[in-house]
Amino acid sequence: MSIDYESILNKRIAAVPKSGIRRFFDMASEMKDVISLGVGEPDFVTPFHIRSAAINSLLDGQTSYTANAGLLQLREEIAYYLKTRMDVSYDPKKEIIVTVGASEGIDISLRAICTAGDEVLVPEPSYVSYMPGVVFAGGTPVAVPTSAENGFKLTPEQLKNAITPRTRALILPYPNNPTGGILSNAEMEELAAVLRGTNIIVISDEIYSELNYTGERMNAFASIEGMRERTITLNGFSKAFAMTGWRVGYLCAPEELFGIMLKIHQYTALCAPRQGQVAAIEALRAGRENDYADVAMMRESYDRRRRLMVDSFHEMGLKCFEPRGAFYIFPSFEHLGLTSEEFCTRLINEKHIAAVPGTAFGATGEYHMRCCYATAIDKLRIALTRIAELVKDIEQGK
Amino acid sequence: MTENLRIKILEILQDDCRTPLEEIAVMTGSELAQVASEIDAMRHEGVLLRYSAVINWDMVRHDKVEAMIEVRVTPQRDKGFDQIAEYIYNFDEVTSVYLMSGAYDLLLCVEAKTLKELAFFVSGKLSPIENVTGTATHFILKRYKKDGVIFERERRDDRLVIMP
Repeated sequence: MSIDYESILNKRIAAVPKSGIRRFFDMASEMKDVISLGVGEPDFVTPFHIRSAAINSLLDGQTSYTANAGLLQLREEIAYYLKTRMDVSYDPKKEIIVTVGASEGIDISLRAICTAGDEVLVPEPSYVSYMPGVVFAGGTPVAVPTSAENGFKLTPEQLKNAITPRTRALILPYPNNPTGGILSNAEMEELAAVLRGTNIIVISDEIYSELNYTGERMNAFASIEGMRERTITLNGFSKAFAMTGWRVGYLCAPEELFGIMLKIHQYTALCAPRQGQVAAIEALRAGRENDYADVAMMRESYDRRRRLMVDSFHEMGLKCFEPRGAFYIFPSFEHLGLTSEEFCTRLINEKHIAAVPGTAFGATGEYHMRCCYATAIDKLRIALTRIAELVKDIEQGK
Repeated sequence: MTENLRIKILEILQDDCRTPLEEIAVMTGSELAQVASEIDAMRHEGVLLRYSAVINWDMVRHDKVEAMIEVRVTPQRDKGFDQIAEYIYNFDEVTSVYLMSGAYDLLLCVEAKTLKELAFFVSGKLSPIENVTGTATHFILKRYKKDGVIFERERRDDRLVIMP
């Protein structure tokens, strides 16, 4: 007798559609000479002094679990980092949990606060995991569309209009993947004004906070008066320190929220990987001493490529919002009359360039594609030439 | 501002000196004319000396011997080490010369076609120089990294091609 899987699978989870980018992944993997602008991580290898700290910890035989919330030394480094660089104070003993990447932080935060019927506001376009995360946690995701005209920023009016009595939380994904949109301190203040006096929790995903090209310091959302008590700050080491594969992130929240989140973390993940934590300590320790030289070097390098991308897309006649953060650019080809799936399919089939269709990040991403510019500049040049060829082909009706 | 722009330009050129001027202007967010004039100025001032390539000669030529030579010298009154260094760097075999702290004074990088030629350089040209009191020659057996470039191995990009 065979098992009737249909009847035993969790229906809520089974109902979440599979990631739309899977098909592109399969196509790209089968081609040999494909240049990928579809990656979601730095092209730098983790700086060697950081890798070396982890290697040494292995040589020392440091292979056991750590405290559930993470090595205290790491939590202390995180507290110092956030205080000095993002202007927000957290108690390393009672308010910081080291997580398995910021991704685990998203999951834990949502599970800690959602109950059936709770609405979670998710500005769109944004990172693909938020919506499923809300559903997995039993909540109801509510997309709040943003637009290129507003720099893909969530505006106070949009926020006000989206709030209902059932709104439990707002995910604040800035600097934004996939658009590169960013909020200034003043714009965060405007959103804070809407949230003050409500019972809404803010899950502020600040994983790209170091990749900010405005030249102005961007503080943590929790640094704004009255926001700390309602904010879960998510961050990590993947993007700023080129440490994606190590799986180390962290979440910070007031003690009242910390307890319930630590409960989920300790029963499901136990702790983040030890070597990743050791590496993260070295990343922050060295940064403290050399004014975050690794981060500055990488940011400078991304910034050069960012400028090149913006300039090239404009030259091709594509409308393109100038990204201010992260390492993505989100050009629009609406005037060509192709959907984002159609354009990206032609791009990979005819020109062997992989990019992610904008719709992967929500319906508002239609007629856009996400290109990651964390790729060697000579490859970017080739990719841009081929994209320009495709645009020309389409314009000429080919 | 100019200082800052100059450093940005130099970093781009150091990484790839074939980067077109138009692209440098875009990447630094400045005008093409300004980039061109800064580069011109830096050439005149001796900041930018030469645009050269990093080459793995071992893969192309096998008739080349390279060595590092430690040289001990007696500094000259009033001239210190400069005059003797200048004398030495004029030899074609000498590709680099550094004044060093520590147990010896000058460090030379030297290349020649054969071992014999290099040996002759040391015994016939270098050692007889007045004020040179001793040398120690170290042959280069293998080059792993030079000017920030790792030889022999290219890093594979093994990132997933599509990731959210």
